[in-house]
Amino acid sequence: MLLSLFGAIESGIIYGIMALGVYLTFRVLDFPDLTVDGSFVTGAGVAAISIVNGVSPIVATMLAIIAGFIAGCITGLLHTKGKINALLSGILMMIALYSINLRIMASPTVSLLGESTIFRQLQPLWSAVGLDSFFNGILQLFGADRVPSTWVIVFFMIVVVLIIKFLTDYFLKTEVGLALRATGDNKRMIRSFSANTDNLIIVGVGISNAMVALSGALIAQHGGFADVQMGIGMIVIGLASVIIGEALFGKKTIAIATIAVIGGAVIYRIVVTLALRVDFLETGDMKLITAVLVIVALVAPKIMNARKEQKRRLRKRAELSTQIEEAS
Amino acid sequence: MLNLSNISITFNEGTPDEKKALQRINLELKQGEFVTVIGSNGAGKSTLMNVISGNLAPDVGDVSIANNKVTFLPEYKRSTMIGRVFQDPMAGTAPSMTIEENLAMAYSRNKKRKLKLGVSKKRKEYFREYLTTLNLGLEDRLNAKVGLLSGGERQALSLLMATFTEPNILLLDEHTAALDPSRAELITKITQDVVQKFGLTTLMVTHNMQQALDLGNRLIMMDKGQIILDINGDKKQQLTIEDLLQEFKRIRGEQFESDRAVLG
Repeated sequence: MLLSLFGAIESGIIYGIMALGVYLTFRVLDFPDLTVDGSFVTGAGVAAISIVNGVSPIVATMLAIIAGFIAGCITGLLHTKGKINALLSGILMMIALYSINLRIMASPTVSLLGESTIFRQLQPLWSAVGLDSFFNGILQLFGADRVPSTWVIVFFMIVVVLIIKFLTDYFLKTEVGLALRATGDNKRMIRSFSANTDNLIIVGVGISNAMVALSGALIAQHGGFADVQMGIGMIVIGLASVIIGEALFGKKTIAIATIAVIGGAVIYRIVVTLALRVDFLETGDMKLITAVLVIVALVAPKIMNARKEQKRRLRKRAELSTQIEEAS
Repeated sequence: MLNLSNISITFNEGTPDEKKALQRINLELKQGEFVTVIGSNGAGKSTLMNVISGNLAPDVGDVSIANNKVTFLPEYKRSTMIGRVFQDPMAGTAPSMTIEENLAMAYSRNKKRKLKLGVSKKRKEYFREYLTTLNLGLEDRLNAKVGLLSGGERQALSLLMATFTEPNILLLDEHTAALDPSRAELITKITQDVVQKFGLTTLMVTHNMQQALDLGNRLIMMDKGQIILDINGDKKQQLTIEDLLQEFKRIRGEQFESDRAVLG
């Protein structure tokens, strides 16, 4: 139980990067980008095939980021220059990428068994610090009988995801970032302030898919394989993370929204892991669970708000009637 | 400053819906001239604005700004030289962004946008000072989302954003039409102040004849895609609504009755 939760948190943080990418298109640019299902695998595939061919894991991950960026830019180009509807350009890119990914990987699955990965490279350094026994000691104090074999992934990923979060926060406050947000908010307005909205959309969707590909590259190295099917339904997971995160942690400022999205990704993983341990649920039910989660995250805040409003109104009415009684 | 020569534009050419939106329009605006444009719906006022802003390309004819031909320059490039306020108070600002962020975007209009903070401390002070001139208390709400402002406040902010980089040309597209009378008056006053302060070359479309007479130093009347009346200087100062209606009747006698309701 503890171990599977730990695994959920590990992968949840990695998926958090993908969720940030989805946040960038879905919320900031107001561009429902379905490229994600393809570019996630592109990232995983490029990283895996590079590593298998002897490229260092860090360079392999960089290559994955570039590949994702290019894929996103093409979606952006289709939409802006080709004037193809946003949803459709994403779908077209997604199916095109399925074939491209197969070409990149040369086979449907690339195994990283016994290969070097970023996490394995960090392992010796981490062991030297000796924090594993410290954290495991704490867990054992609380009565855990089986402990995680290493904490390096969790810690490394927290650092990476926070760096990306702060970079995103900063970027969205720069002059270019402001123009990007305005492109999602009011295109006509920002065009009248001399911003090239086409280029902003292309770059924005590019950056988003670069994040998604990075997430894919890390997931492949974490799980030890890349599979051409691994991206199916990724956009829904990304959206679920954004929606759950915003519902739980709010979205008042960009800094809050970005951390909420990452939190949403982790919580999504935890809920799915817990749900799969329920006896009558099977692995195949995962998509249904996802759908129900997203529906709850979308509907529950509205119901709660309506309740709150109703209570407020009832209280006001009660106050008014007591005032009238007192007066008479 | 602004020169339109021989501009024609036809929509849906060769179909039953064909509409000659602009017909051989020639118009020259001198530096600092403030022109009000009146005319009934469909007269071509909005098309004229869109041709100047770069939203529409004319079929024939040329647009030049400050002696540069800009006929085929896309809107986003041309807008370094043109400030524009739309009729819809929602159109000129980004609602989910804060007042200071909106101002920062307007501030970068004629500069290349870079990867440095849009709202720096120094700029914040500048924005605050600048907003004070509106007397709406917006300077204390720099971090408020623009979507929370009222229509009048948003339109005042739009006007400020459109003008504070001192564009070569200011286009006002019925920018007071969606406001209540007192707010419209306020925006009109701010318009007057800001145009005077920077000596902006301005083109203002309005449906309010009194406003067209009160503001600016030149008045043009459009009908069926043509400029049918062009009055400036002292002659404009003495003009009354009755004069305008008489003039309109003289030039376009046959359909005067149907237009009276629209213009009056």
